[in-house]
Amino acid sequence: MQMLSRKAACDSHGQDSSYFLGWQEYEKNPYNEVLNPNGIIQMGLAENQLSFDLAESWLANNPDALGLKRDGKSVFKELALFQDYHGMPTFKNELVEFMAKLRGYKVEFDPKKLVLVAGSTSANESLMFCLAEPGEAFLLPTPYYPGFDRDLKWRTEVEIVPIHCSSSNGFKITGCALEDAYEQAKKLNLNVKGVLVTNPSNPLGTTMDRDELNLLIDFAITKKIHIVSDEIYSGTVFDSTSFVSIIEAVTDRNIDDTHELWNRIHMVYSLSKDLGLPGFRVGMIYSNDETVVAAATKMSSFGLVSSQTQFLLTNMLSDNKFTSKYIEENRKRLKSRKEMLVSGLSGAGIECLNSNACLFCWVDMRHLLSSDTFEAEKELSKRILFEVGLNISPGSSCHCSEPGWFRICFANMSQETLKIAITRIKDFVESITFSRENCNHQLTVLDSRRRLVSKWVLPLSPYDNNEPADR
Amino acid sequence: MALSKNQQLLSKIATNDRHGENSPYFDGWKAYDKNPYHPIDNCEGVIQMGLAENQLCFDLIQKWIRRNPKASICTAEGVHEFKNIAIFQDYNGFKEFRQAVANFMGKARGGRVTYDPNRIVMSGGATGANETVMFCLANPGDAFLVPSPCYPAFDRDCGWRTGVQLIPVNCDSSNNFLITKAALEAAYERAQQDHINVKGLIIANPSNPLGTVLDRDTLRSLVSFINEKKIHLVSDEIYAASVFSTPSFVSVSEIIEEMECDRDLIHIVYSLSKDMGLPGFRVGIVYSYNDAVVNCGRKMSSFGLVSSQTQHLLASMLSDDEFVDNFLKENSKRLAKRHSMFTKGLEKVGIACLKSSAGLFVWMDLRRLLKEQTLESEMNLWRVIINEVKLNVSPGSSFHCSEPGWFRVCFANMDDDTVEVALERIRVFVEKQQVKSKRKFQNNLNLKLSCTPRRYDESVMSPHMMSPRSPLVRART
Repeated sequence: MQMLSRKAACDSHGQDSSYFLGWQEYEKNPYNEVLNPNGIIQMGLAENQLSFDLAESWLANNPDALGLKRDGKSVFKELALFQDYHGMPTFKNELVEFMAKLRGYKVEFDPKKLVLVAGSTSANESLMFCLAEPGEAFLLPTPYYPGFDRDLKWRTEVEIVPIHCSSSNGFKITGCALEDAYEQAKKLNLNVKGVLVTNPSNPLGTTMDRDELNLLIDFAITKKIHIVSDEIYSGTVFDSTSFVSIIEAVTDRNIDDTHELWNRIHMVYSLSKDLGLPGFRVGMIYSNDETVVAAATKMSSFGLVSSQTQFLLTNMLSDNKFTSKYIEENRKRLKSRKEMLVSGLSGAGIECLNSNACLFCWVDMRHLLSSDTFEAEKELSKRILFEVGLNISPGSSCHCSEPGWFRICFANMSQETLKIAITRIKDFVESITFSRENCNHQLTVLDSRRRLVSKWVLPLSPYDNNEPADR
Repeated sequence: MALSKNQQLLSKIATNDRHGENSPYFDGWKAYDKNPYHPIDNCEGVIQMGLAENQLCFDLIQKWIRRNPKASICTAEGVHEFKNIAIFQDYNGFKEFRQAVANFMGKARGGRVTYDPNRIVMSGGATGANETVMFCLANPGDAFLVPSPCYPAFDRDCGWRTGVQLIPVNCDSSNNFLITKAALEAAYERAQQDHINVKGLIIANPSNPLGTVLDRDTLRSLVSFINEKKIHLVSDEIYAASVFSTPSFVSVSEIIEEMECDRDLIHIVYSLSKDMGLPGFRVGIVYSYNDAVVNCGRKMSSFGLVSSQTQHLLASMLSDDEFVDNFLKENSKRLAKRHSMFTKGLEKVGIACLKSSAGLFVWMDLRRLLKEQTLESEMNLWRVIINEVKLNVSPGSSFHCSEPGWFRVCFANMDDDTVEVALERIRVFVEKQQVKSKRKFQNNLNLKLSCTPRRYDESVMSPHMMSPRSPLVRART
């Protein structure tokens, strides 16, 4: 008898994938400006470290939140005991306000439809537990976040069927690709329960345009399936007007409030990316379906948000001046940092997908591959890791169908470190180019030497017809 | 129509009842929520005695926090750590946090065993820990044996999303609810005959709801049972430091040092919710002696990591040896005092409790107040206690207890004055019951003289109905 469960014994947690290999190497040899300047620079971690000073200065100016006090009185005991899985009502009110603000108040959220969970990791898993049986499937556009293999599939036993997107149209979802994915699922005898999109996209860094959103909505109506929109990067859109949330898109279709589609729209959000607080584990599910909200609320018992954290963030988010300033300043800094990476890479002859959001760029290194294959991508990936000393994420780990694309993060390091990373890439590209040219040059030299020798040798020895051996 | 549509559109997990929240265990809570007791604003309200929380030692913790401002990222002294804490999401957890928890766990066991910080795996409270352990050890359809009466939410924690079934091993008052090897063997054999794959045994030690600790002999026999059958032992030890008298607590960790055992089968669930009174902070721990379970559990902890803010605070607090030693001592003292106050008050009105030395509750024997020794009578009595006596206590049936008439009553989640009020209400109630029975006896005597025998039978022996939502019914199907 197997001693452990299948889940424990298999590797569908996905942690043996190439995405994590780079991380492991980074752990062994991490870059440090002073102590280890030749170490590996971490560019595989999508974290926002650009705006902590704003949060820190707020904390320094707000003594009550600091000391777990409300109006000067300690609320420690209340917080220590608070384990109501409905979450703190004040916290949820602030969150819906914050989410609406990020969307330019084009949509309104109801706190009663919000469920708090420990990070979007938990949110995505719980939604799968609610919407699908083991063996059923969700369609996901590729490339997608590598962690989805664990979050959506591992313990739920739900399957993912890819919607293939390609560089020919900037990786946008097409009607054809949706239908193809649906047919593929049918061929595999999988019952499709929904589509899950990340908007803005990880790893592309782009927002979905209205056409894509409408295609998705039409598809969900026809097939009678769910739409899950993971919007954890919604606050990182450089220009807020360009982001259209799923709720806005459905509203704009003037679909009746009572239409059954509304019950199949679910959103996932988190403060890990927008506020740069992944350690605090603040995730949420927003759903129009009462049963889903009820079930997910009960499930949140398996991963509630610490009350200490709910209290601190309620205070922080209720300061409207602070949140407005933070959102604006954060966007500015992210945009500027992205531009720095894009222009640096361009200087090395490397282009990026045109992006308007997120903490990373989707970088085109196809021209640096020795062949148009995933083996070549793996090879290049290893070289960049070990020779160049950069941990970047190969597209294959994101299930990209075209080799040669990489996700490179820019918001989890200082400006100086980013400059060093860019220099290393430039040097590397130059060395590849040089060695290719050199290689050609060497071949040319060898050929002419050979011709020279044979010109001299043959007349001297009428019996020697052999060419001299290559060196 | 809408319901079946939902059932098609959503998963079985989302629409079934295995979360257990429709059980009577929660009805009392609902009554409390509608009409909560407050000494000034609502002195006729329902007193919450169904919530196993330890509210006796907050002053100690608050004092420590005030004296150690650096431990909080929310103070001027500690805010420079904010960034490092805010980004930390490594599922290994802070090394200092794991060391501090390992240190605390060892001290809670009187220093008789030490714990390896590298085996400490975080989870979303003990709720998350129990679920994670099940995901690691069992496949959907597999089963775990669980001695009953047991914590009602084990059904949800161990079975809801994992698909694992729990098979109760009934214990009763004939031997003070001790688990016997015979009972375990019988349950195991029955499962085999029913072609159910038993993967392990889960115990709560100290026990919820009994408040008792397992003695060395019983523990040894459990360990030898699971070794023999090559199945897992999960020991939920969340009340390890909530022990206030003898017999004292013996952890399974101590037993495996004393006897031959396959350590790959031994796993502990721990939490700071009961022992430290911090359920809101969501600190759950899986401690396994099996490396593969530690590895897998660690990956799964992504689904319920402990907030780094909390890890940071507790790493500091729990590595302060002076604080921990004093806390454990003082906590035991206060629990002992409260337990004694409550049980003596009950004794005065002729109510006995199972003799216990741990936990935040007593297992109260109200069998003699039942009209009949049936589940229905227990439910009737319980409704009277909630609606007339206005105490939310938990009926034994919600703990899968096979003997009607037992109730779990929590005593550590209120102040002394409220305990007095509760005891007074119980005294009044019991006295009223005694008057009623005297009167009934008189009436029955009179009735016997004037009624036909048939009518007498009807008034005394009403057919008992199983409530369709009773957990006992579910356990049988």
